[in-house]
Amino acid sequence: MIGLNEYLILAAVLFGIGVTGVLTRRNAIVIFMSIELMLNSVNLTFVAFSRFMDSLDGQIFVFFIMTVAAAEVAVGLAIIIAIFRNKKTVNVDDMNIMKW
Amino acid sequence: MEMPTLTQIVFYSCAGLAVLSALVVILHPNAVRSALFLVLTLFAVAVLYVLLNAQFIAAVQVIVYAGAVMVLFLFVIMLLNAGQTLEGFKKPVRKIIGGIFGLIMLGHIMSIAWVATVINAKPNPDTMATQDMVAQAGHSELLGMALFSKYIYPFEAISVLLLMAIIGSVILAKRKL
Repeated sequence: MIGLNEYLILAAVLFGIGVTGVLTRRNAIVIFMSIELMLNSVNLTFVAFSRFMDSLDGQIFVFFIMTVAAAEVAVGLAIIIAIFRNKKTVNVDDMNIMKW
Repeated sequence: MEMPTLTQIVFYSCAGLAVLSALVVILHPNAVRSALFLVLTLFAVAVLYVLLNAQFIAAVQVIVYAGAVMVLFLFVIMLLNAGQTLEGFKKPVRKIIGGIFGLIMLGHIMSIAWVATVINAKPNPDTMATQDMVAQAGHSELLGMALFSKYIYPFEAISVLLLMAIIGSVILAKRKL
């Protein structure tokens, strides 16, 4: 039998991989993918808790998180396209216009 | 030594697949390969949702994430021709520092995940769903009942959010307003 802790540990590992991806990669699109990875690990935590607490609340949260993530991806990729049109790059090191 | 059950075999193989392909996502220099391995991770997590008796969430995961979102990613990668390497090995020190901070974060969450338990679980009567109820009524029906009764206002609010996202992304990606 697989318990709650196995799922939580797997979600923690996926979240850690996502954080590492955001901190180490410089391609804005790959950073976006790492954020999706983190969102997914949190969803896994929600579903695991919902299963082991016999409640559907967690799964409804997951439903809303997925919707927000889809909206976020659409807007974020549009922003990346707009930046690429001005700067001709998706490297986050070159996007320093707001740096003081 | 006792034989592993089918649930254990499915869980550990899918968990291993998810972790390995997630590692490829952040380590592979080519963004297109990263996107394809992210699809693999999402599929493995969808299998785990089925294992957790959340069939509707698993279907939505495959359709919305592995379908729509990843197609959007691949379109943008190919549109911008951003698939090729741009990392280089110019600043490895940043990768080392980033990796160290990622590991610290991982250790911190793991220490909680290792010992977490559900204490005094009193599910909300409106959204209670035991294993018997899911087997009897079906997962989508229970979720739909909760979504259209208790959570009707968030559900309506999310439709406004989606409309705003559509308008926002069209305006942002437009060449000239």
